[in-house]
Amino acid sequence: MTVRLISERGTESADPAFTQEVLGASAAHLERCYQCQACSSGCAFAYIFDYAPHQLLRMVQLGLKDRVLESKTYWLCASCETCATRCPNDIEIVQIMDTLRHIAFREGYTKQTPLPLFHRTFLGGVKSYGKVFELMLILRYMLTSRDIFKLSELPNNMKMGFNMFSRGKLAVLPDKIKGRANIKRIFQQTEKKNG
Amino acid sequence: MAESKTLKYGYYPGCSLEATAKEYNESVRASAKLLDVELVELDDWNCCGASSGHCTDPELSLALPARNLAIAEKLGHDLALSCAACFLRFKQTNHDLRANDELRQRIEQIIDAPYQAKIEARHVLDIFAREVGLEKIQERVKKPLKGLKLAAYYGCYLVRPPKVTQLDDPENPMIMDNLLTTIGAEPVDWSHKVECCGGGLLLARTDVVVKLCNDLCQAALDAGAVALVTACPLCQANIELRQTIGVPAFYFSELLALSLGTSEKEFKSWMKRHIQNPVPALKAQNLI
Repeated sequence: MTVRLISERGTESADPAFTQEVLGASAAHLERCYQCQACSSGCAFAYIFDYAPHQLLRMVQLGLKDRVLESKTYWLCASCETCATRCPNDIEIVQIMDTLRHIAFREGYTKQTPLPLFHRTFLGGVKSYGKVFELMLILRYMLTSRDIFKLSELPNNMKMGFNMFSRGKLAVLPDKIKGRANIKRIFQQTEKKNG
Repeated sequence: MAESKTLKYGYYPGCSLEATAKEYNESVRASAKLLDVELVELDDWNCCGASSGHCTDPELSLALPARNLAIAEKLGHDLALSCAACFLRFKQTNHDLRANDELRQRIEQIIDAPYQAKIEARHVLDIFAREVGLEKIQERVKKPLKGLKLAAYYGCYLVRPPKVTQLDDPENPMIMDNLLTTIGAEPVDWSHKVECCGGGLLLARTDVVVKLCNDLCQAALDAGAVALVTACPLCQANIELRQTIGVPAFYFSELLALSLGTSEKEFKSWMKRHIQNPVPALKAQNLI
């Protein structure tokens, strides 16, 4: 079922199934939101979002699936939990952000920020070694995101790399755990479920 | 006299404590030794999945910590953690698995090991301040850190979400402030105790991390502190690497061990690893 909705953009389609999916995926109580904006007022990251947290919650309630999933907000949310801690209705806002990230990964809304690439790179390392190998994570992320080619950032990045190496803060070789087969199995089981 | 019993825990250092935060690992172990707390490192532990885990898949985010919790449960002790980010993932796993037995059994199947969710995950700050206790720590202080004005920085995952971490008040926690007072230092009353350092955006949006860490450091200076104190390797890394102001930061365990009489040689080896040099702040009070 599609619902047409009149907004400042004219009419746009709303998808009640999307609202139901988010409501069903967690006991986060999205339905309780009455737009008091406590979440957005205390959010340290709202200034880089395209929609403030309370706006995004309203859009999910209305079923504006594409507009929600195309936004940067839920990817840039750092899960600091300030909003959920202060919400007078006890809405688990970070659980809702997580649910949006899970749907976005599954349906391919991953191009609007570099965060999905970071998460994939991070977990790729964990899947191979069982632990984070920081040097590989940094280099691989900076290459695939092409951040390494940002010349304006080069002096800063080189200084930071030097600072970390000279103080023994970066291991040169990965520390692999023995139970790597076990870790691979954990990843395979959870990936299988996601298709 | 406090009775002298040895507290024993399984210990999960977490990935950062083997690389960027080696000095945190070493100073936690030194503090534990000086306070008769035995930390038994888990055999063959794995990464908890951190933020990338819960952003990607709910079961993955529970299974990765659960594999470690299962190892600790087999060992028969509660689990001690030093990293605030790992700490929340482990607390969340116990919280979710205890609320839903079907889910617990599903996770057991994924990790291919039994896990009853009967053991607790504790942050080392909590173990030192509440299990060892401030009274016993006070008795053992050899070098009170007199005159050292510090901003105790808790960040997010020690205190939020409060019903999961269950550590302290989420807006004005005092556990670290009280520990610092006990070892003779002077924690300041300041505004940014529980603000975020930018955490998981460290590589993807460094501009945001620079802003948030500069805000933190400026707030600490405005309140009269000479340094920040952390209990998380990610907060510490962001603060030391990204700020442009030049405010030093200590791990709380470094100061605890110093006050309890760890050797100056050992303490200095930790200080050498810091990117914002903390030594002048200590020298100004004749503490080293």
